[in-house]
Amino acid sequence: MAAGGVRWGPAAVAALVAAAVLGPLAAVALRGGEVAALAPADWAALRFTLAQAAVSAALSVLLAVPVARALARRRFPGRGLFVTLTGAPFILPGIVAVMGLVAVFGRSGWLAAGLAPLGLPPPRLYGAQGVVLAHVFLNLPLAVRMILNGWAAIPGERLRLAAALDLPPGAVVRHVEVPMLRAVVPGAFVAVFLICTTSFAVALTLGGGPAATTVELAVFHAIRFEFDLARGAALAGVQVMLCTAAAAAAGALAAPSGLAGGLGRVAALRPRGAWLAAQDAAVLVSAGLFLALPIAAVLAGGAAALPVLPDAVWPAAARTLVVALPSAALAVAGALALSGGRRRQAAGMLPLAASPLALGTGLFLIVFPLADPAAVALPVTVAVNAILALPFALRLIAPARAEVAAAEGRLARSLGLPPAAVWRLVILPRLRRPIGLALGLAAALAAGDLGAIALFAREGGETLPLLVQRLMAAYRMEAAAAAALVLAAVSFALFAAFDLWGRRADA
Amino acid sequence: MKTAFLAAGLALAAHGAQAETRVLTVLTYDSFVTEWGPGPAVEAAFEERCGCDLRFVPAGDGAALLARVRLEAGRGAADVVLGLDTNLTAAAAATGLFAPHGLTPPALDLPVAWDDPLFLPYDWGWFAFVHDTARLPDPPRSFEALAASDVRIVIQDPRSSTPGLGLVLWVEAAHGDRAGAIWADLADNIVTVTPGWSEAYGLFLAGEADMVLSYTTSPAYHLIAEGDATKAAAPFDEGHYMQVEVAGMLASARQPDLARDFLAFMLTEGFQATIPTTNWMYPAVTPAAGLPEGFGTLHRPAKTLLFAPDEAEARRASAIETWRNALAR
Repeated sequence: MAAGGVRWGPAAVAALVAAAVLGPLAAVALRGGEVAALAPADWAALRFTLAQAAVSAALSVLLAVPVARALARRRFPGRGLFVTLTGAPFILPGIVAVMGLVAVFGRSGWLAAGLAPLGLPPPRLYGAQGVVLAHVFLNLPLAVRMILNGWAAIPGERLRLAAALDLPPGAVVRHVEVPMLRAVVPGAFVAVFLICTTSFAVALTLGGGPAATTVELAVFHAIRFEFDLARGAALAGVQVMLCTAAAAAAGALAAPSGLAGGLGRVAALRPRGAWLAAQDAAVLVSAGLFLALPIAAVLAGGAAALPVLPDAVWPAAARTLVVALPSAALAVAGALALSGGRRRQAAGMLPLAASPLALGTGLFLIVFPLADPAAVALPVTVAVNAILALPFALRLIAPARAEVAAAEGRLARSLGLPPAAVWRLVILPRLRRPIGLALGLAAALAAGDLGAIALFAREGGETLPLLVQRLMAAYRMEAAAAAALVLAAVSFALFAAFDLWGRRADA
Repeated sequence: MKTAFLAAGLALAAHGAQAETRVLTVLTYDSFVTEWGPGPAVEAAFEERCGCDLRFVPAGDGAALLARVRLEAGRGAADVVLGLDTNLTAAAAATGLFAPHGLTPPALDLPVAWDDPLFLPYDWGWFAFVHDTARLPDPPRSFEALAASDVRIVIQDPRSSTPGLGLVLWVEAAHGDRAGAIWADLADNIVTVTPGWSEAYGLFLAGEADMVLSYTTSPAYHLIAEGDATKAAAPFDEGHYMQVEVAGMLASARQPDLARDFLAFMLTEGFQATIPTTNWMYPAVTPAAGLPEGFGTLHRPAKTLLFAPDEAEARRASAIETWRNALAR
């Protein structure tokens, strides 16, 4: 990594990402004029936002550890498919996920129908518990995958050594698994925490009332209704600061695993015993049901409405792909560039904390004097989605990159390989699994995105999520359900294709 | 090479043709321009008479529209803004970005008098709680009766949705100083508050609530488009607050004459006849053929509530604050 170009490239990418996030915020603030003081209601929104995000992230990670562990140490037919399928909730657009959750956990949902014959009241979905339930549903898959990658990255030599020494299970946990978790869990927690801090529609819809006001709603109200850009920028700025502080704190907690490197051969924990097997099976079945049932509800609702599927869905699907594929490629390229150093990684996490609405408004202010917003809708949407997906790609790629560097870096240096050869021969082959997953996630997230395109969209230029929203606004709830099914299918197909490509590295 | 020249020639020709056609740009909300909204029919009808190119630019919902106008601050391509309502027109007028329309409108079929120099109405409706007559045959007939009942409702947030703001002003107009107490009593009836109309209506149709805040005209959609007669609007004794949707031309309009023509056209048959079954609202001028069948079955409130634009603007912040304080506990 001695060559100048390779050193400066990542720094430039980091600066670009920071500018892309902070520039639009600055544009909003400048246009807003005087710095606005936050009202008591804004502080209440901030408190609620941070509290629900912390609880949602803690629960997601806590539940993800046993699920990832069961997946890491069991081999069963359909395991690969199970791993891919459980990723689905994360890539569902928020409002589609809410409708799925309502169909299962709502007052007239499947769960209520199951409880009624027992004389039990319907579950109480709306309230803080609903917000947390939705955020765990949406983010558990991400946490599972990040932690599962941690298990997969444990060098096989360590596990074989543990087996050869006949270490008792407790010792394996202490010497192998806990160090890995200490390296991986804080990153997963921060990622989920930050995602939850910019939640808006999901939190409000399931929150039951204005007590569930998030900062993003306050930003929305300030910018859209009151046109108080100064207050909108102040809120978005405070959010970025708090989230950056949270990310830094968690980053400081993350300890490198300290495990010696290995040759990249796969070995897995194979604990024996019927009791453990039953335990793992129970964990996987409950997690599978929790994640699959709301999706099944979305699919069932959409399938019933397929006869009224509007023709506009196909051009919208094509436009969605045109946005999703370049976004994914850009996001992963950026993540690879930033994955090498801690400070650069911090820049790469910045987009997670940025208010999508403030970002969009700022970009509009920057672009508008230069070009017709509708004419640049596509490139702007691609760029915004690449930046928004970058943190996920980075969190997936960086830990694996660090392992590779620890394992092979010294040898590569001592051989004097040129940087390009190090990338081609050493780094990329070992990163295929996280790169595949990151490409899949970034593509699916871009496919489901609504925030960036809304301000720039033009007549007829709609992507699938915009089409779903416009159908709903025109009373066409059934057609919207059918279009949402197509959207879910497109997102999932993108996700699964890249993910399966990446995981063929194991084969 | 040949094809390259050919392509260049074609592009030039197309460009030349474009330069001759005047373009009218209308900024509006999303649902207006979809294939189910009024947009396509309005575009065809106006283009036929103006010999121009009418372009709609969708800008989110009604509230997003005014924010967009202020973001562009008179430097954008838009000539006309269509889709604000009277709760937002005072703020819109205060920007100084709109120009007087200078038109004398035809006789309007509105429950209120109209003499706004900047904005002309194109449709209107009464807010109402919509319910399913099979599930809730006997809905409450006032806010107090609703609060005393165990009927569950889903409403929209006044900070992000124009119907949500309309509801807050409805309670304010009907109950004045008692609005806070009404909201406190309603708190246990509210299932949830959604960011926009569609989420609330979707939750209602999914069976999560007995009633949803919408319009007295919503049942017409179910009746006419779906043949479903089970939806109805609950009549409230204190009267119903109204939403009047308006359009205005911008001072920065590049085609002021065309913009004025469009506003005049807006109140004629070609525009107004499409409104009832595309926007599902009452047209500002009833078409010669009358309202479509199905609209006759709708509840028409005897008493209409509406704050004048200035008063709505003056009361908005405090009404939202009252709502939030009563419900955030």
